[in-house]
Amino acid sequence: MNIMKSEIGMMVVFTIVILTMPLWLAPIGAGYPDLLQKFAIFGLFAIGYNILFGLTGYLSFGHAAFLGIGSYAAVWSFKLLTMNVLPAILFGVVCSGIFAFCIGYVSLRRSGIYFSILTLAFAQMSYNLAYSVLTPITNGETGLQLTINDPRILDAAVTSATGLPSTTLFGLSMSGYSGFYFCAVVLIIGFFIALRISRSPFGLVLKGIKSNQTRMKYTGFNTRPYMITAFVISGMYAGLAGSLMAVTDPLAGAERMQWTASGEVVLMTILGGAGTLVGPVLGAGLIKYFENIFSAFNDKSLHELFSFLPEILENGVVAIIRPFVGEGWHLMLGLLFMLIIIFLPGGVMKGIDRIKTKFGSKSEKPAEQSE
Amino acid sequence: MSVEDTVLHIADVHKSFGGLHALSDIDLSVQKGTTHAIIGPNGAGKSTLLNVCIGRLIPDRGAVVFDGKELTGKSPHEINQAGVARVFQTPEIFTDLTVMDNVIVPILSKKDGSYKFNPMQNLAHRKDARDQAMELIEDVGLHPDDHAGSLSRGDKRRLELAMCLSQHPKLLLLDEPTAGMSRHDTNSTIELLKKIKERGMTKVVIEHDMHVVFSLADKISVLAEGKIIAEGTPEEVKANPVVQEAYLGG
Repeated sequence: MNIMKSEIGMMVVFTIVILTMPLWLAPIGAGYPDLLQKFAIFGLFAIGYNILFGLTGYLSFGHAAFLGIGSYAAVWSFKLLTMNVLPAILFGVVCSGIFAFCIGYVSLRRSGIYFSILTLAFAQMSYNLAYSVLTPITNGETGLQLTINDPRILDAAVTSATGLPSTTLFGLSMSGYSGFYFCAVVLIIGFFIALRISRSPFGLVLKGIKSNQTRMKYTGFNTRPYMITAFVISGMYAGLAGSLMAVTDPLAGAERMQWTASGEVVLMTILGGAGTLVGPVLGAGLIKYFENIFSAFNDKSLHELFSFLPEILENGVVAIIRPFVGEGWHLMLGLLFMLIIIFLPGGVMKGIDRIKTKFGSKSEKPAEQSE
Repeated sequence: MSVEDTVLHIADVHKSFGGLHALSDIDLSVQKGTTHAIIGPNGAGKSTLLNVCIGRLIPDRGAVVFDGKELTGKSPHEINQAGVARVFQTPEIFTDLTVMDNVIVPILSKKDGSYKFNPMQNLAHRKDARDQAMELIEDVGLHPDDHAGSLSRGDKRRLELAMCLSQHPKLLLLDEPTAGMSRHDTNSTIELLKKIKERGMTKVVIEHDMHVVFSLADKISVLAEGKIIAEGTPEEVKANPVVQEAYLGG
């Protein structure tokens, strides 16, 4: 218990858990690089989102815009500068940070539902710009891709003429497991920064804003710059996640900016537990895992799964389950989300806490039904 | 009393809402180190006056001068940073945070100013803020690890008072500090407020409870229909026939 309270203890445990993911996720069929990369990238996205939503309570519905901007910026860095990933993620973070400042500056004039709607509007505008208006920069519908003729001025001496180059970290190819470990290290650094923020005076002020903004103002805090700072930080996290997507797969499409992507990160954060440190990472992992499982089912695999039943029953069960899996796996996600919101409003982390207190207090006195 | 001793000067303030003159030509001076009570029947404009002082409302005419600086038109956080703290009628505290964090927040505002970006500093290492908060929490008789949301109404008020005191304000505004309290809680709050007086803090109190007013105030202003109808020491006000007719019920 005490080891989880200290900063070093927490970081050591988190680092070990993340880096050994290929081992302990293998038995449940999630131990392959593609999915592991997704876990790390969306974990980072959710950690950043939690700095805004979890600490200040401001619900942004437009964070996918920053994810997309991060991706576009990273791909442009691959096209123009070099296939090295470090300039790409730096460029991605800076660009999304600038955008986050502009969008946050306007959106934070309002709070509550109006703030959410403003962010949603900005994100939809960004999506439409990327999809059609800004085609020269974003390559519209097709998405931005690498081509052999890209200048790549810093790589000029190295590039050979054979095929598309792949992303590297000083020569180390960023595909497969090396790609995952790169994302994992970035995730660990991102987690460490979030941990420090939540335990800093700055973080306490953000929690104060969430709890009682009126009191904050009459206590001498200028809340607006605090909010803008939190918004920009979380936007930069989203940009970092977006550029990591481009690192593992160097293309960027407008669909990354769509409102469903913004909604997904809200879901991840709430599912895991908004305001907790580990919750968002957990939520991101759960959603990406279930997406992977449920979307893989098709008619054939369902029939195989229920082949032990008599044929009429088998057909009936498959007909009921079919809409919820495969392309319709979002239905399953919706159900899962509803269950969590109704029965566990604080997310998975809150559930774990409750179980802990129930078992902890049993020895002293009968479990209290406090809520 | 000389002019230099005036901490707060409300000069010819006028405020109306539509056709209603909530405040008309209010002229009020609060002397340093005193407790100045503002009393009056419901709707007399007491809360409006306090809201004008802390920047929640902007007066139509006139000025609020605090410590030689004009406060009119300043935003709430600037007014607080200048040294004015306020206790609200319904306690405004951070119900999601612990008592300790509740008191640390205003201390941080006092020490670090209205905005400071220090995301890598560990709050646990801010011994300066923690020690000061601990002392105050013990002073008002609360427990640092309690959840502020679970406190009783009286304790919430005590907590809010501790939060305001932690900033060592030059002027403390109290809006009915004992409203809704039991007799016991009221008396302990009076004791607490008397203790503050010994520290030389200037206070402006709005209060309904005459018991509280007469046991705390050095000077009383009586407000009725947006005008000050009488002013003086508690004895003078008590003896004033106009006041008796308008407010004390003769």
